Amino acid sequence: MSLYILKRLLLMIPVLLGITIISFGVMKLAPGDPVSVVTDLNPNMNKEAIERIRAHYGLDQPAYVQYAKWLKNMFMLDFGRSFAPDSRPVIDKIMERIPITLLINVLSMILILAVAIPLGVMSAVKQNSLFDKGTTVFVFIGFAIPTFWLALLLMILFGVKLEWLPISGLRSLTYAGLSAPGKVLDIAQHLILPVFVSSFGGLAGMSRYMRSNMLEVIRQDYITTARSKGLDERTVIFKHALRNALLPVITLLGLSIPGLIGGSVIFETIFAIPGMGQLFYQSVMGRDYPTVMGILVIGAVLTLVGNLLADVMYSVADPRIRAAS
Amino acid sequence: MYGDFLRRLAKDKLAMVGLFVVLVLFFVAIFANVLAPYPPDEIDVENILVEPTREHPMGTDPLGRDVLSRIIHGSGVSLSVGFVAVGISTFIGVILGATSGYYGGLADRIIMRFVDIMLCFPTFFLILAVIAFLQPSIWNIMIVIGITSWMGVTRLVRAEFLTLRERDFVRAAVSQGASDLRIIFFHVLPNAMAPILVAATLGVASAVLVESSLSFLGLGVQPPNPSWGNMLTEGKDNIEIAWWLSLYPGLAIFITVMGYNLLGEGIRDTLDPRLRR
Repeated sequence: MSLYILKRLLLMIPVLLGITIISFGVMKLAPGDPVSVVTDLNPNMNKEAIERIRAHYGLDQPAYVQYAKWLKNMFMLDFGRSFAPDSRPVIDKIMERIPITLLINVLSMILILAVAIPLGVMSAVKQNSLFDKGTTVFVFIGFAIPTFWLALLLMILFGVKLEWLPISGLRSLTYAGLSAPGKVLDIAQHLILPVFVSSFGGLAGMSRYMRSNMLEVIRQDYITTARSKGLDERTVIFKHALRNALLPVITLLGLSIPGLIGGSVIFETIFAIPGMGQLFYQSVMGRDYPTVMGILVIGAVLTLVGNLLADVMYSVADPRIRAAS
Repeated sequence: MYGDFLRRLAKDKLAMVGLFVVLVLFFVAIFANVLAPYPPDEIDVENILVEPTREHPMGTDPLGRDVLSRIIHGSGVSLSVGFVAVGISTFIGVILGATSGYYGGLADRIIMRFVDIMLCFPTFFLILAVIAFLQPSIWNIMIVIGITSWMGVTRLVRAEFLTLRERDFVRAAVSQGASDLRIIFFHVLPNAMAPILVAATLGVASAVLVESSLSFLGLGVQPPNPSWGNMLTEGKDNIEIAWWLSLYPGLAIFITVMGYNLLGEGIRDTLDPRLRR
C-alpha cells in the first residue's frame, strides 16, 4: 500500500514540473512584460528607470534563468508580491481566499453525492419508467444550462421577486450584531444559491454516470447469482449492486475537481463571494501576474492532490487495484 | 454505409430535434440582417428598458436597443466559435492521438504525460488567463478554447488506434508496404471517425458554453458587438429592474447547447447501439 502511494508521489514530480512550465509560459505570452503595466502610464519613467525596475524584478535575464528562480522560490511557497496596489505577498492573498472556495466546493460535492446517487440508482432500477425518463430530461437540462444564466434566474426569482434569499456577498450588513447561531444562519442563507448553482452541472453528470454504472452492474453474473439465491431485491440492489457501482464514483469525484475550481470564477463573480475564483478574476483583469501564476499553480496542485486522494481511496476500497499495482 | 447510418439517425426523434435546432441556428445566423426587426446597434433613447411588447417581443436594453434583434445577430458568434474551436481541438487531438496510439513507445509516454498535465489545470482558469493577457477578441477565444480542449479527443483517438492497429486489414496494408502516413490516414482513421464525430458534436456544445461565460465576464466578444454572453452581463447589471435582459439571451444559449447535445447523443446511439445508455 505505502509502496503504491510512494510510486504515485514520484509520478507526480514530472507532472508538477509540467504544470509550472505551462503556468510560466502563460505569463510569457503577455505582450511586453509585467513592468510595462506600471511604467507605460507613468510619464516620469525614462529608459534608465525602466531598466532599473526590470533588473530589480530579474526581467533582464534570459527566460530559463527567470523560470529557475521562480521555481526555486515556489518550492519555499514564495510566490512573490502582488502587483495590486496592496502589494502583499501572493501566498497570503491566496491562503485567505482558499477556505471559502473549498467550503463551497465541498458542500456542493456533498449535495451532488446525496442527490445524484439515489437518483441514478432509482432510474437504473426502474429503467424506462416515467421516473427514469424524468431524470433523463433533468440530466439533459443540467448539461445544457449555462451556470451563470441559472444563477441570474435564481437571483431574479428568489432574490428580487420573492425576496427570500440574499443575492450577493457572504454576510448581511447586520452581521456583526447577530448572535452566534444567527451568524451561522446568515452565512448559510448566503451560501444556498452559490452551492446550488455550483453543483447543478455536476448533479446531472453524476446521476447519469451512476445510472449507467448501475445498469452495467445489474447485468453481471454475481447479481444473477444473488437473485437466484433467493435474496430479496432490496438486498441485491443496495448491498450487492450499489457497492460495486459506487467504486468508479470515487475516480469521477477526483476528476471533477478542476471543473469545480474553474467554475468558482463564475459563481463567485456573480454572487460577489470573496473566494479564490473572484481573486483570480480580479487579478486577471488587473494584470496582477504573480497572483495569476500563483493561483494557476495552486489550482493545478489541488487537482493533483485530489486525484491522488481519489486513487488511494479507490485502492483502499477495491482490493483488485491493490493486487494489480 | 453512410446511407444506412442516415436512415437510422432519421428515426431517432431526439436527434432530429437537435438537428433541427442546429439548422435553425445556421439559418438565423446567415439571414440575420433580413430576420432582425431592427438593426442590432440602433439606439432608441425614447424606448429604454421597455418590457416585452408587440414592437419589441423581447424588450429593449438600457440603450433602447431591441433585444430580439441583438440575439439574432449574436447567433453568428456562437456558431463560428463552436465550429472553429472544435476544428482546432479535433485537429490537435487526432494528430497527437494517432501518433500516440500508432507508434506507442516514447512518443506515447510523452504525449500521455502532457495530457495528464493539461488535465490538472482548471481549464477555465487557463483560458481566462491566456485571453486576458492576449487581449480578448473572437479569434483569440476560438484559438484558446481549441488549444485547451484537445485532451479528450487525444485519449479517444489513441484508444481507437491501439485496438485498430492490431486488426487484420491494417496488417494487410503493412505487408503491402504502405507508408505509415497512408495507413494512419487512409486505413485506421476512417474506422475511428464515429467516436471522433460524436466527441466533436458534443465539443461544439461545450465551446458555446465557454464562449458565453467568457463574454459574460467581459473577456469575450466586446460590446457593442452583440453576443449572448455579453448581453447577459447587461441582464446582471439590471437584475432588479429588467428580467427580460437575463431571460432571453440565456434561453438562446440553452436551446443551442441542448440542440448540439441531442444531436451528438443521437449520432452516438445510431453508430453504436451498444453504447446506448
